[in-house]
Amino acid sequence: MAVELSRELEALEVPQPGLRPRLEIRGRISRSLVEEISRAKGEPEWMLRLRLRSLELFEKLPTPNWLVGVEELDLEELAHYARPDVEKAHRWEEVPEELKRVYERLGLPELERKVLAGLSIQLESEVVFLSFRRYLEDKGVLILDMEEAVRRYPDLVKRYFMRVFPPSDHKFAALHGALWSGGAFVYVPPGVAVEAPVEAFFLVSSELLSQFEHSIIVADRGSRIHFIEGCAAPLFRKYSFHDGMVEIYVGEGARVKFTTLQNWSRNIINFNNKRALVERGGSVEWAEVALGSKVTYTYPSVILRGEGASASIYNFTFAKGPTWKDSGAKALHLAPNTRSEVLSKSVSLMGGTSVYRGLVRVARGARGALASVSCGSLVLDERSSAHTYPRNEVEEPTATVTHEASVWRLSEDALFYLRSRGLRAAEARKLAVLGYAGDVLEAVAGLASGLLIEYYAVLRRVLDLELEEGGYG
Amino acid sequence: MGGLEVDGLTVSVEGRRVLRGVSLSVRGGEVAVLMGPNGSGKTSLALTIAGHPRYAVEEGRILIDGEDVTGLKPEERALRGLFLAFQSPPAFEGVRVRTLLREVAARRGAPSDEQALAAALGRVGLPAGVLDRELYRGFSGGEKKRLEVAQALLFRPRVAVLDEPDSGLDVEGVKIVAGLARELAGAGAAVLLITHSARTAELVAPDRVLVMLGGRIVAEGGLELVKAVEEGGYGVLAGGGRAE
Repeated sequence: MAVELSRELEALEVPQPGLRPRLEIRGRISRSLVEEISRAKGEPEWMLRLRLRSLELFEKLPTPNWLVGVEELDLEELAHYARPDVEKAHRWEEVPEELKRVYERLGLPELERKVLAGLSIQLESEVVFLSFRRYLEDKGVLILDMEEAVRRYPDLVKRYFMRVFPPSDHKFAALHGALWSGGAFVYVPPGVAVEAPVEAFFLVSSELLSQFEHSIIVADRGSRIHFIEGCAAPLFRKYSFHDGMVEIYVGEGARVKFTTLQNWSRNIINFNNKRALVERGGSVEWAEVALGSKVTYTYPSVILRGEGASASIYNFTFAKGPTWKDSGAKALHLAPNTRSEVLSKSVSLMGGTSVYRGLVRVARGARGALASVSCGSLVLDERSSAHTYPRNEVEEPTATVTHEASVWRLSEDALFYLRSRGLRAAEARKLAVLGYAGDVLEAVAGLASGLLIEYYAVLRRVLDLELEEGGYG
Repeated sequence: MGGLEVDGLTVSVEGRRVLRGVSLSVRGGEVAVLMGPNGSGKTSLALTIAGHPRYAVEEGRILIDGEDVTGLKPEERALRGLFLAFQSPPAFEGVRVRTLLREVAARRGAPSDEQALAAALGRVGLPAGVLDRELYRGFSGGEKKRLEVAQALLFRPRVAVLDEPDSGLDVEGVKIVAGLARELAGAGAAVLLITHSARTAELVAPDRVLVMLGGRIVAEGGLELVKAVEEGGYGVLAGGGRAE
């Protein structure tokens, strides 16, 4: 049993692709470093200016004083740009053997074949694989890596790049603006429905590296798309840093679903900046599964700008071992009859800490706005903890805002109850966790629509193994 | 010898002694009734038999079908055929009744198909819809008791310890539970039934009645003990020890 288990766990670990970078830029974050990155990427002047503006803001803005668990983060010692020594591939046959091994371990070729309409894979700072179905092109759908989008569609990119998430927002948004590299740019024309999901996968394969990918999804009027974001990293001796950004622009009556399956190794300090702007009658769904990383700060946000715009935000956070998982959601209601729903659940165990930090703001004039927040935490042992910091700011008297929060501790007595039935302690914890988080996991996987059965199966297996793993008697 | 044997059990919880040299035996096919005032140690005994980690055995042994299980984990005892119906089972958010029953039935080699689950619920007067509910969330006291007993039926234990399965039940419920305790014994199980109710004791027609006081068994006999307690209170049996 133990041997089988360790073999299975090994199968979940990401192997080192063992590629040397072709170009690496590291050191103090300065004007010359930013210029060097921009030059290496062959960027137009306007993008360099955006980077330098961001750099100025980064230097001015204070480090948030509430960050926990980032003491080891030393921006001076990181490689801020690393271009892998590999040509960008568009077909699996073009992928070098050492990378193919990694992709296969992650199940990417199979997903691309069976489930996805498109797949992009980023290694360190650059996209190294990009493939999508022909029919998307025929319909006018653009799927590009961000570099190419900047070069080929400057006017389109300028309209969206760091517009809904400006670099002035906070210090690490500014840092992102100065150093961003990679990510996907997706544009869906009016009325076009992309039926199968498109995935972007992000790999960090070296320690002491920063990854700053920037993804933008623009769903024009009445269009529809589901975007999946996955991430993984091998185990390092030291840490690496991720400070990515996603901007979503949902046009009138359009629908965007964005699913993140975050399974970073336990050396990654993970910051994430995610915001969506939703026009009249449009809807967005953020689904965030945070399994891995050492430290995570991520709060998918929505700005409901048009009348009748709506949003759902689903979070599942798994805080196992010495880890700090800070997640949450923000919904800003700026128009009448806007709706938002937040369902967030976390599980803390073996010394893990999970935090829910949320904000619902209803502006005056957003008549009949409806917001509901439900966040719950399951704490599996005495060493672990959960905290909840919800905030509601309601300026509109006709709005309805509801909030419920709960913390449930799997007491010794409850665990004993399940064990007295004949379940091993690990099986008992699994039953409790999967039962507790069942609704949010199913919502995330869109099980009702059968959309992500393959992903759900992987998720269940990871949780299964994580809860089986040593540490508990 | 088949069944349950408890031999000279002395137990403490966080340094406080709750059982003092308890010995008893219930053979397969027998029902023994255990009575005693609040705090006399009945539930402590039940939890110790099932292996609750907070209950430290200082002396003595617990045997199931002749095998010493004192050092075994709760789940190992369960898989040797022990079942405890809890006096107050905890609630589990999100865990469906069906999920628990299925998982456990599969482990214990009991039938786990929908029909078997529904049939067990039916025997205790619970509708099959209970399978879809979250385990013990929003259950009434009576529903909890019924579901605990339904599990005993479903899992076919060799030794069943039923901790006040009758408290809070209506007259009809008490009859059902007493009948089922007898039925479990009829199927060969050793049944230790903890109750405060003379009525339940009479209904079940026990093979033996035990009375606990202050963490000790102070009297052992037949239904006449139940009558004595009902008429004179536990005081008439005192002398063996007092609850602390």
